[in-house]
Amino acid sequence: MSTIQHGVQGPMTEPVTPRGIPLSRITATELRKMLDTRSGFWTMASIALASLATTGMVILFADREDLTYRTFTAAISVPMSLILPIIAILSVTAEWSQRSGLTTFTLVPHRSRVIAGKLVASIAIAVVATPVAFAIGAVGNVAGTALAGAHPVWDLTAANLLTIELANVLGMLVGFMLGVLVRNSSAALVAYLLYQFLLPTLALILAAKQDWFSEVQPWVDFDFATGALLDGPLSSEQWAQLAVTGLVWLVVPLAVGLRLVVRAEVK
Amino acid sequence: MITLDSVTRRYGEFVAVDHVSFTAQSGRVTGFLGPNGAGKSTTMRIIVGLTRATTGSATVFGRRYVDLPNPGLEVGVLLDASAQHAGRTGRETLTIAQRFMGLPKARVDEVLDLVGLTPAESSRRVSDYSLGMRQRLGIATALIGDPTMLILDEPANGLDPAGIRWMRGLLRDFADAGGTVLLSSHLLHEIEVIADDLVVIGNGRIVAQGAKSELLASAGAVVRTTDPHTLAAALDARGVTSSYVGTDGLLAQTDAEQVGRTAYAAGVPVLELRAADGTGLEEMFLQLTADTQRDIQPDHEPKDQPEGAVA
Repeated sequence: MSTIQHGVQGPMTEPVTPRGIPLSRITATELRKMLDTRSGFWTMASIALASLATTGMVILFADREDLTYRTFTAAISVPMSLILPIIAILSVTAEWSQRSGLTTFTLVPHRSRVIAGKLVASIAIAVVATPVAFAIGAVGNVAGTALAGAHPVWDLTAANLLTIELANVLGMLVGFMLGVLVRNSSAALVAYLLYQFLLPTLALILAAKQDWFSEVQPWVDFDFATGALLDGPLSSEQWAQLAVTGLVWLVVPLAVGLRLVVRAEVK
Repeated sequence: MITLDSVTRRYGEFVAVDHVSFTAQSGRVTGFLGPNGAGKSTTMRIIVGLTRATTGSATVFGRRYVDLPNPGLEVGVLLDASAQHAGRTGRETLTIAQRFMGLPKARVDEVLDLVGLTPAESSRRVSDYSLGMRQRLGIATALIGDPTMLILDEPANGLDPAGIRWMRGLLRDFADAGGTVLLSSHLLHEIEVIADDLVVIGNGRIVAQGAKSELLASAGAVVRTTDPHTLAAALDARGVTSSYVGTDGLLAQTDAEQVGRTAYAAGVPVLELRAADGTGLEEMFLQLTADTQRDIQPDHEPKDQPEGAVA
């Protein structure tokens, strides 16, 4: 412990006028912050482990004729699309729940720029992670069919891959939206579980019991609309349904959350 | 230089900061003193733009803090040492600050060394840190950008005596090199040894401010005598107010010479006589904040103190 020497480097050396902090640097730093914590590490590790586990389970338990690229990719997409948004949630909520925002928002006082950096970093993670899932799926497909003594079937088109990619980005944005809207880690995670599991289940039950709902469901159920992205190219009506439900369930709450997040005090 | 001009912050009916004006000069350590809940932290948050002032303005180097292009290079801020991500290592916490500011990587090790965190300690997660270590890490974050101004809220909290001495030396050197230091505390003696200027706040209002030497000089004389009652009466006859300190002491609102002459004329034996210094300042601090301290007079309206004057 250096109790004697406290060599503060002459504070008055030169009166420099510092340049501003570019958004690219904020984004890169926010990206680092998403992965450098204990929770960030385990979130990514759990995605990797879950991907390997689901690939293994498909190889072990799927019927031979089901061993196609679509099956493998779909199996990997489930844990990934569920867990990835948690990174976006915690990236925002940690600033309040861990109170690290006290430092972040004094280093970058224009809070909207920090939030923009987090948003770009979240999207970047989803954009990069999805092709990784495609790659693991491809390896699984080759290995699985080889083990089963069959020819690998490549039944996903480039258009399929793109819509799956879009679905993952939208999922990430849902996490980000809940983060800025709630700004508390545990509450936002609960909200995420309700959003991902309770709402779709309720919609499923309602659609099964009420004919009128099953007719309007594509126009009100965001989960239903994004689910279509996983199955392949969308009709223009499905795109419209995605836009309408996305506006209600994602864009509007996101706009409200962004307004709140730039003003909310870090206690 | 930090300048506050009539800064007020209201939360609904509650006035957390009430027309606070003061200046923290470069080359000096300004102590910001007040009991818990007096408005110190809110004032500091307003300075760095984390909280908006309802009215009034606060500037650093003549500009609003939020207008600084890369604030970490100009102002080192530590508002709460426990407000750090528990799941990040100490080194990583500093690396984040280094990245935001665009500093060379080597600064992380330099500043770890400066605050006395060992490599082993810096690779542990903040959740395993003691408050003293968090305080050191927070000071490292404040210093990493090599700023010319420091704003520190209760930085001595949780530091051991050696750590407190180390920090005093650090702040002294910083101010002597021309830097501006604003540090808050609710403990008088902590501030007294380091500060050049004092700003005392109670219930959101400034109750006293000025150079420490002036505030000390106005703090009177302490006398110990075998007969404090007679001396108090003799002082009172000369128009000098005094209060009892301990069993045989008096704090007189005048200089030591007049107390000595009064005691001599009254024939009262004097055991000790000196300028009040710390005792006087402490007395002053307690008096000034008495109106505002919840455990003394909970339902007493604070007196309207003239700003910048010792009551």
